[in-house]
Amino acid sequence: MRLRIAGLAALLALCIGLWLFQGLTGNRAFVLELRAGKLAALLLVGAGVGMATVLLQSVAQNRILTPSIMGFDALYLLAQSAALAALGPSAFAALPAGPKFGLEAGVMTLAAVALFGTLLGRHGPADIGRTILTGIILGILFRAGAGLIGRMLDPNAYAVVQAASFANFGRPAVETTAWAAALELPAMALALWLGPRLDVMALGRERAVSLGLEYRAMVLGALALVAGLTAVSTALVGPVAFFGLIVAGLAHSLLPGARHRPLLIAAALIAAVMLVGGQWAFERVLGLRATLSVVIEFGGGIVFLALLMRGKIR
Amino acid sequence: MIEVSGLSVSLQGTQILAPTTLRLPGGQITALIGPNGAGKSTLARAIARITPPAPGQVRVNGLDVATTPGRRLARELAFLGQHTGLASRLRVRELVGFGRWPHCHGRPGPADRAAVERALADFDLQPLAGRFLDTLSGGQAQRAHLAMAAAQETPWLILDEPLNNLDLAHARALMAHLARLREAGRSVLIVLHDLNFAAGWADHVVAMKAGRVVAEGAPGTVLTAAQLSALYDTEIAVAEHAGRPLVLHHL
Repeated sequence: MRLRIAGLAALLALCIGLWLFQGLTGNRAFVLELRAGKLAALLLVGAGVGMATVLLQSVAQNRILTPSIMGFDALYLLAQSAALAALGPSAFAALPAGPKFGLEAGVMTLAAVALFGTLLGRHGPADIGRTILTGIILGILFRAGAGLIGRMLDPNAYAVVQAASFANFGRPAVETTAWAAALELPAMALALWLGPRLDVMALGRERAVSLGLEYRAMVLGALALVAGLTAVSTALVGPVAFFGLIVAGLAHSLLPGARHRPLLIAAALIAAVMLVGGQWAFERVLGLRATLSVVIEFGGGIVFLALLMRGKIR
Repeated sequence: MIEVSGLSVSLQGTQILAPTTLRLPGGQITALIGPNGAGKSTLARAIARITPPAPGQVRVNGLDVATTPGRRLARELAFLGQHTGLASRLRVRELVGFGRWPHCHGRPGPADRAAVERALADFDLQPLAGRFLDTLSGGQAQRAHLAMAAAQETPWLILDEPLNNLDLAHARALMAHLARLREAGRSVLIVLHDLNFAAGWADHVVAMKAGRVVAEGAPGTVLTAAQLSALYDTEIAVAEHAGRPLVLHHL
């Protein structure tokens, strides 16, 4: 298990090396700075998506859900559109990146905990079918809500929303990176610290309560972490639908039956490798003839279907 | 000692458990019997704080279940329900190890490891310890869950129909294990469908029907033909074997 995680770390180091130093010509300092900024954003997104998906799957006791299937990223877009509509485009654009991100992430986390906490927390996810269905319907509701606000905005303001509502790994929002890191790194540390408790929580409500875990508080805390981590990735690159599913699926099959700490680390590493390595290949090798987000979503959709066909709902 | 006073449970407007007052003595095996829907599981789950807080009070060895922190209660009582499905993929030894969580909180010491090995041995699980639970039969998985509850090593053990899926040898072995726990001064509350296991092993029998306790006492006083026939609304004959009642419900 340690060996496999070390292997993943080495692979990630290789990808980072290629990303930073391959084809380094011209004004080296400038190119390196540019590349480092994008690299930091991609690493944050990868680690955030990977960990958020593993956490959500443990809360929901289900291997097929991801934060975006449950509408977490749509909720972020809705919060963003609502802020834009409330403040107006010029005031919104004039907001400094940090407070803006903090506000959106805060609104989204509160809303997510309130909504999904009542859905999953009270008696535990007793009925998986209902949980998935409710999540998907909420996701559609949030997306439709964001779309409705978009329609009511004037075209200039709508352009701001539109730019944020498609995944773009090529131009991450570098200006929010530092703020995103300030939210994400403590969230990741907290998730790892909670690892043993997450293991108990994943046994299901009945056993967790019997073992003395404060189950409801744990579910709400995990959902808050999922919301915060998803806010980071959505703010940096936009919504990604199936990426988390591939990552969590790979982490589970690479470390079968692992506890949460190694699982979370592996998911973060796998996601970072896929993003940094994939973006390197598309930008430098394939010369931007394809888009990473499209390929990842295509592959992820196929994994999703394969999981469905094999009946791995639980 | 478990003291239940005025406890009632309603689910979605339907009363499952009428206000119940009950004292279950410590140091004994107490069997809860009754027809389907009598509220046996509901009572056991309310005592083990699995159902949300309900009107009334439950005290386990003097600790109020509603107000005592969960981690303290987890060292006083262990509960095993009927639903043993698992979302996580675990090996048998890992599952049993979770039973030590209330004592070690994820950092098992030598005492915890010894308790896990004891539980594995008690439930005949050592050959299966390295297997994943989803590769086991229903009865083997049931034994793994029982071992996890036993590894918690609490003064009270509350089991909801633990004989489900067990073959007769392992069912008897479980009851014998519970009897050993009783000899060691611990207490067991067990929901049973097979009346002869109650007749053969329990010290105290509580009979429930339609959400109420209708009879309680020693097996010889509760498991009589008249009481059981009224309890299950069907003719049941009771014989005697080795000084204990033998319920002939299958004839």
